[in-house]
Parts: sequence; C-alpha cells; structure tokens
Amino acid sequence: MTAAVQPALTIRGLTKSFPGIRAVDGVSCDVYPGEIFGLVGPDGAGKTTTLRMLAGVMPPDQGSATVAGSDVVHDPEAAKHDLSYMPQRFGLYEDLTVDENIRFYGDLFGVRANERRARSAQLLEAAGMSEFRKRLAGKLSGGMKQKLGLVCALIHHPKVILLDEPTTGVDPVSRRDFWRILYNLIAEGVAILTSTAYLDEAERCHRVALMHEGKLLFLDTPAKLKSGFAKGVLAILSSDARRMKEELKRVEGISSLVLTGDGVHVVIEDPVRRIPQIKAQLVSAQVPFSEMRQVVPTIEDLFVDAVTSGRSGGQG
Amino acid sequence: MNPNRLAAIATKEIIHIRRDVRSLIIVVLMPAILVLLFGYGVSLDLKHLPVYVFDRNGTQASQDLLKRFQSSNYFRIAKVANSYPELAQAIDSGKATLAIIIPHDFSERLHDGGPVEIQAIVDASDDNTANLAVGYAQGVLQGYSSDLQVEWRERRGLPRQFVPLSTEVRTWFNEDLESSAFIVPGVLALVMTVIGAFLTSLTVAREWERGTMEQLISTPVTALEIMLGKLLPYFVIGMVDVGLSTALAVYWFRIPFRGTIATLFLSSALFLIVMLLLGFFISVIAKTQLAASQIALIVTFLPAFLLSGFLFAIEQMPVFIQYVTRVLPARYYVSALKNIFLKGTPVEMLYADLLPLAVFALVLVLLATRAFKKKLA
Ligand SMILES: Nc1ncnc2c1ncn2[C@@H]1O[C@H](COP(=O)(O)OP(=O)(O)OP(=O)(O)O)[C@@H](O)[C@H]1O
Ligand SMILES: [Mg+2]
Repeated sequence: MTAAVQPALTIRGLTKSFPGIRAVDGVSCDVYPGEIFGLVGPDGAGKTTTLRMLAGVMPPDQGSATVAGSDVVHDPEAAKHDLSYMPQRFGLYEDLTVDENIRFYGDLFGVRANERRARSAQLLEAAGMSEFRKRLAGKLSGGMKQKLGLVCALIHHPKVILLDEPTTGVDPVSRRDFWRILYNLIAEGVAILTSTAYLDEAERCHRVALMHEGKLLFLDTPAKLKSGFAKGVLAILSSDARRMKEELKRVEGISSLVLTGDGVHVVIEDPVRRIPQIKAQLVSAQVPFSEMRQVVPTIEDLFVDAVTSGRSGGQG
Repeated sequence: MNPNRLAAIATKEIIHIRRDVRSLIIVVLMPAILVLLFGYGVSLDLKHLPVYVFDRNGTQASQDLLKRFQSSNYFRIAKVANSYPELAQAIDSGKATLAIIIPHDFSERLHDGGPVEIQAIVDASDDNTANLAVGYAQGVLQGYSSDLQVEWRERRGLPRQFVPLSTEVRTWFNEDLESSAFIVPGVLALVMTVIGAFLTSLTVAREWERGTMEQLISTPVTALEIMLGKLLPYFVIGMVDVGLSTALAVYWFRIPFRGTIATLFLSSALFLIVMLLLGFFISVIAKTQLAASQIALIVTFLPAFLLSGFLFAIEQMPVFIQYVTRVLPARYYVSALKNIFLKGTPVEMLYADLLPLAVFALVLVLLATRAFKKKLA
C-alpha cells in the first residue's frame, strides 16, 4: 500500500448501539483498492452491524465512513452504484432462476444486456455454475447459492465489495471457487471487506482485524500479527484432545487453549521451557499424547488468545 | 425515477406471481368464483322492512292483500295510517321504507276483473333498499293477483290455467334477479380488495421475511421505484379482473349495466389505487407475511364484506356502525358501482363516491411513501 493510493473505504469512529448493547464501538480502518480485508470475530462481535452501516442500509449513531469517495453516513445512496453488499443471510430470490436473479441485479445497477451476458457467462464459468443457469435459486446447494450471490454482487463491476460471512456453511469445493473469484478481483482493483467465521480464511486475507465486543482488537497482515505475537504456541497431538484440554486447564501460566483437528494448541509464554512440566502433568493424569513441539502461531491462536484473555484472563 | 429499475422490479414481481400457485389462483380464478358464488348463491334478504299502509278501501279484499304483506318475511306493517301526509311524514322521517295505498275502489275494480293500481311510495334515500322493497312488494302483489286469477277462473267454471304457476316461478326468478343485480356489482369491490390489499400486503413483508430486502436496499433502486414497481403488476391485474368480472356479471347473470365502461374503469382504478396503497402500507409496517395478511383481512376484506353496503344496507346498520362505514373506502366504491351498473350515473354525478376515494388515495400515498424507508430497523 503506497501512500499515493487512496483508500476505497475509510472508516472513522463508527459506532452503533442497540437497546442494551453497543454493537459497534468506535471502529476505524481503511481498505485499499486491490485488497482483501478480513473481519474476524466471535458471534455478536458486531461484524454484520459494521457491514450494514457501510452498505448504507443502517444509519450509524456516530462516526463517518466513505465508500469509493462517497460519504455513506450523510448520503447513503451516493455510494450504492459503486458498492455491492452480500448479506449474511441469502438475499436472492429463491423463486427466480440463476439467470433471472443476475438479470434483476444487472438491471438495478443499469448494466446493459450484452455487457451483462458477457460478464455473467464469465463469472458463472469461474463459479462452476454454467450449467445451472435455468435452475431456481432455491434449488441450489448452499455453496452454489453463495456463489450466485457473489455473481450477482459483481455483475456491475463494483469498486467496493462487502461480504458478510460469505462462505459459512459452504462446502470446501465451493469455498475454493469463491476465493478464486475474489482473488481475480484484486487485479481489477476492487476493495473487498469480508467477515468470516473461518480463521483459515483469515490467513488468506491481505490484512485482518479481530473484532470483539464492537471494537477492533488487532489490525495487520497475518504475517506481521504472527511475528509480533509475544507469546509462543505449543502443539500437542493427542487421540483425546478434549480431555487433554480439560487437563491442561489446571496448568498454571497457560494463556489460552485452542482445539485443533488432531490436538491442542497451547498459548503460553516461553513455551519450550515449560514443556517438561506440561508433559509431567499429562503423564500423571494418564492423558494420551504423542508429540509436543513449538509451532508458529496461527491466526486462530492469536484471536482466541486475545478474546479469551480479554474476557476472563483464563482459558476458553 | 428510473424506468429500467421500475421495470426490473415489476418484472420480478410478475415472476413471483406466476410461480406462486396461491397468487395465481387468487388472480385468475377468484374473481370468477366470487361472481358466480354471489350471482348464484346469495339471495339477499332485507327482512321486515317497516311498511305504512293506507287502506282507503277497507274491505275484506283489501285486508287480505295487507295480510299478505304482513305474512311475508320482507315486510312488517308498522302502522295503519289514515292520511297521505302521515305516509309522507313516515317516509321522510325514515319510520317507513315503503308505504302502500290501497285505492278506495279496490274491491269493486277487482270484482270487475281489474286492472287495479296499488300505489307504493318508497324511501329513495337508499336506492338499493328502495329498489328491493319495490321488487318484493311486486312479488307479493303478483302472488296475490295470481291467486285471485285462479279463484276468478274457478268461479266462472273456466279451465285451470298454468299461469299462476308460471307467475309464481317468475316471482321467484325476479326476486333472485333483483338480489343479484344489487350484489354482483359489489363483488367487484371484494375482488379489488383481495387483489389490491391482500396480495400486495404480502409483497413487501415477504422481502423482509426472506431476507431479500436487505440486499435490495443496498442497490441504487429508490424507495419509490420499489413501491411503484411492486404495485404496477397488481394494478394491471386488477383492471383486467374488473373487465372479466363485469363481463361475467353482464353476460352470464344479465345484470343490467346502464353506465359507461369508462366510468366503471375510472372508479375502479381509483378504488384499486387506494387498496394497493393500503396493502403496501400494511406490508411495510407488518414486516411478516402472516401479520400483514391478517391485518389486511381485518382492515380491508372484512369491512368490504360486511360494512360496505355490498351485502347489507348501511342504512339498516346501527347508527354508530354507519359512522364507522364512512372511513371505509369500499363503501364509496360499492355505492359507485351500484350507481354505475343500475342507474348509469355519469361520472360527474359520482363525486360523492369518488371524492372520498381520491382523498383516501392522497392520504395513503403520503403514509406509504413515508413509512417505507430503505433502512433496516
Ligand atoms: N437490529 C438489531 N436490534 C437489536 N440488536 C441487534 C440488532 N442487530 C444486532 N444486534 C446486536 O448487536 C450485536 C452485534 O451483532 P452483529 O450481528 O453485528 O454481530 P456479528 O458479529 O455479525 O455476529 P454473528 O457472527 O452472529 O453474525 C449483537 O449482540 C446483536 O444481538
Ligand atoms: Mg453477523
């Protein structure tokens, strides 16, 4: 990001409260053209509310935001030509076919028919959906629905794309298609802000921010976040990871514990020095484990650690 | 206002209607079903209308005739009067719907084989009730006269004719025809209510419910384009259904149509616009289809059915209810319809019906456009 490039999305102090809760609390950040910016956070963190305000469908209480140069707080309609928003809940018409949905959104954005046909053919091809054009949207699989949502969102060449957990509940193949399409957009200079529930997806973003209780806790590239992490991570493989996690909760000084597919990540200060003590504890508790070594932290380790130590100072 | 976006919304709405069996049935079959239902099934009965009688003959024969009135379900002899002014006053004050005057030479002329003229005065303030009352009175008189004819022929040893029987049948038929002539035009109000308010009440609510509204309002489409685009298809459908229902009423049920097609369509368009806006407004505030359809039922359909004067004369309702009917758009449309169908009232004479409808339309335009925002709560 050179200083000469203007951000496509600027957010300053965005705040929104609902009765009894401050859903978004002073969020500030910029997203640049050609960048995929990931917004990660637990349920209720305020991701959807943030995206809604940026999409101009929900007025913020405070703060400002510009999308493609237009002020979305004072004139939410101005940015809508350059923007597309894919809500968390499937927002297309299930009783319309794939083509009819695309055409509808094309027409709303004033895309000319021949332009639309060319663009949708190309996008559907990339989504692996070319043969489903006549199928009702409601009859598509979850992954196909989300890809159709993306196709509709891209039909008018938006400058800014806001995606709310677009791949939640989507099969791995469709997720791969989805991300391939997103990467193709980088070349077009599109700015993409996406929330995600998958932390492995966060690693694919150019920059990520962790949202927690309405605030952004971290904000940087995945690599810098990891290298700047003061604590270390031990990976312990086990056939009974859950029991091991329970057992490890007794060990003092552990910052947080993250279940992985085949074991547990232990976030702890000075990890190598602690290995003998942890081993002894597991042996005495007769918990089976095979391997224990220090690893590079994942984004998930970072975020779980930030959220859990912020919440209770202990383990999650 | 961008015509392409408007067309996109309208086209999408038409696809929704086409793909939804429920909507299709309502749009295509419901008007015919309602016209047939009310054309065939309903014989509207005004029961026990108050009648003043002035019997200037005072014979057994005249008493027989009056007994017939008394025993028919349609009339109730409220008073035996002694003068014309008394009758006039009773009619004016609404104490009587109908006054019957039996001429002083009634029995003599009957004896001579007639013809005898029975004078009837009706309260014309409610045209429909008046017409019905006259129709029923004619029925009673015809029944009486055919009985007399039978007696008359028998007394002279003439062979029995089947005239009485056919007269009897004709009375029935007449009664039925009178009723459907009053009811069937009003069916249009029901049709317009269902299409206008009920179906449209579902359209916006459906988008909120299914989550499609959130994406829709993130596009450049304006609130006005959404509103008009959604209402336009229903407007066209409603007008087509007006034509179809009217054709069915006129050609199948032989309902008289004395007005002009232009007046009918103009009045119907006005009422339909009121209903569409009301349906849209309900849809915007209700946010769920179930709530919207229930509100639409209670606010539009039931009143159109019960309180519009479609089935039950407003003048016969309790005074309080009569006031309530004044805020019901359907009341004015039903009245306009009856005027157009049965009296051929020209459009410039329909201001008492059309003006209130125009006012409703204006108020609802303001309400609906104000209520619908491109915003989440
Ligand atoms: N319309 C609303 N009215 C009241 N409260 C709301 C509304 N929308 C969101 N909230 C509350 O605001 C908080 C943030 O919600 P939001 O949907 O933005 O979170 P999220 O990060 O998108 O969560 P999730 O991962 O579940 O989608 C939650 O506590 C939620 O209950
Ligand atoms: Mg959310």
